[in-house]
Amino acid sequence: MSQFVLDRLKERFGTAILETHSNFGDDTATIEPTQWKAVCTFLRQDPALDFDLPVDLCAVDYPNRKPRMEVVMHLYSVSKRHRVRLKARVGDEDMEGAELESVTGIWSGMNWLERETWDMSGVRFRGHPDLRRILMYPEFEGHPLQKTYPADRTQPLVPYRTEDEAGMPIHKLEPFGPEEGMPFGRAGFTRDEDI
Amino acid sequence: MEPAYVDLDEGELELPADPMHLNLGPSHPAMHGTVRIVLELSGETIVRADVQVGYLHRGFEKMCERGTWAQVFPYVDRLNYVSPMLNNVGYALAVEKLCGLAVPERCQWYRMILGELARISDHLTCNGAMAMELGAFTPFLWFVKAREMVWDILEEETGARLTHSFGRIGGMASPPTADFKGLCRAALPKILHLVEEGEKMLLKNRIFLDRLENVGTISGAAAVALGWTGPCLRSTGVAYDIRKAHPYLKYDEVDFDVPVGARGDTLDRFLVRLGEIRQAKRIIDQAIDRMPDHGPINCDDPRVVLPDKLDVYTTIEATIQHFKLIMEGAKVPKGEVYSYTEGGNGELGYYLVSDGSGTPYRVRIRPPCFQITGGLSTLVEGRMLSDIVPTFGALNMIGGECDH
Repeated sequence: MSQFVLDRLKERFGTAILETHSNFGDDTATIEPTQWKAVCTFLRQDPALDFDLPVDLCAVDYPNRKPRMEVVMHLYSVSKRHRVRLKARVGDEDMEGAELESVTGIWSGMNWLERETWDMSGVRFRGHPDLRRILMYPEFEGHPLQKTYPADRTQPLVPYRTEDEAGMPIHKLEPFGPEEGMPFGRAGFTRDEDI
Repeated sequence: MEPAYVDLDEGELELPADPMHLNLGPSHPAMHGTVRIVLELSGETIVRADVQVGYLHRGFEKMCERGTWAQVFPYVDRLNYVSPMLNNVGYALAVEKLCGLAVPERCQWYRMILGELARISDHLTCNGAMAMELGAFTPFLWFVKAREMVWDILEEETGARLTHSFGRIGGMASPPTADFKGLCRAALPKILHLVEEGEKMLLKNRIFLDRLENVGTISGAAAVALGWTGPCLRSTGVAYDIRKAHPYLKYDEVDFDVPVGARGDTLDRFLVRLGEIRQAKRIIDQAIDRMPDHGPINCDDPRVVLPDKLDVYTTIEATIQHFKLIMEGAKVPKGEVYSYTEGGNGELGYYLVSDGSGTPYRVRIRPPCFQITGGLSTLVEGRMLSDIVPTFGALNMIGGECDH
């Protein structure tokens, strides 16, 4: 429907639009991370596009790719009734340079979404007014939605009791093993898995 | 903003008087949902409010990366746990979009009816709980009684009152029971009657109205910029309803209105929800009339749909198919998709990334009330402390959904 949006973006930003596709009817543009804020400003302010509703922001981790993190933003226009998905790839394997410019000034709703993306995936947003953790607690180390974060790792705020403290044997098991519960023939993340 | 910590063991306790810091929550009897609001007060006026969520974070998205696509259904039940059926249907539609499947007509009507029943229960809970937090206990009990009737139907259909796990990729877990239509036809007038009774109690009550009117007001443009959707957005006069704007299932074939508010205050949000209960009844009435009594409920794609149990026990092909679907999971084509439906609180979106295997590579949920709760601090700043209770109540923050 709105191939129009992608055309308009390409027309305005040219080579900063790295790739586009419309698989499953979702218009998607992958853009140069340096142009993140400029593209967002354009999408918001251009009267023909008028993307006023910040739908979603998240990051997908591809640890074997360079850059590693794919930040995905979904936008909607209430008046024009069209959607677009914007993607930018940032960060090397140690999450160096996983940074984008904050767009909270454009949509106030991005404030919490950027905090969540930082909290869960470790992508920083330059110029965010208050980049704190939002879902995890301040003492938490690491970013749980990175594929390299082990799914069975626990970080209790109050340490587990030892047998000495309890004065009796404790048969408390780990929540689950690293591969436990995974579907047949499927293992957790490994470095040489190519996706 | 840091929460206020006071060491009660110190002999002399000196609390700063102005501005005063106050921790409201995480477990506060006058707020539903586990959320903490750290307040800076000048007298009883709120100078600054910092809303802190995450107390119910269970790592939903991380858990989904471990199981098969079908094993996500029990998790989505526990996101918005007052309308789990809408989450089930939303997730099923997202995976079906990725697989390029379309479910049979009968299933579409069935999903719509169950979804609208869940919407009624969602709005009843929200409005009832908000009234209770303002001291009106009787309407709350009536609303919960009406909600119980909805849950009776859902229990009859799915076997569970609350966490149904009833959706399946390519259909539903089982076809409608023989008496499904009769149950709906019998219960809906009773539910509506209870809603009317409760409404009469509340909307002619001066105290209730005074606490809601012009409290927590927000403009349409500000609400859109915050990413608000659903009844909260519609209370500001922006008539954005996904069922109308981008119809899915059979919503384009039924006749219903989108109730909108005018001022964008707490009373409008209350009234919009009441209006939506009536519209949901209208949708269900039409859907019941049009849902065929016979016909398949699941699509016949053997790649995703489990074979008939009788065949599993008698033929080797079906046994293998069953085994593969359970152990390896249905293979979902490589790609990414964003699918959105109208949940109880607004746009419920799923962004799914598949690497072509039986396990999701990434499941991202877009919970509507995350962004709605994000706007709470702007609603209450400058207001009185007691205004938090109705404002927060009418936003319908659902911990499971908001905190993932």
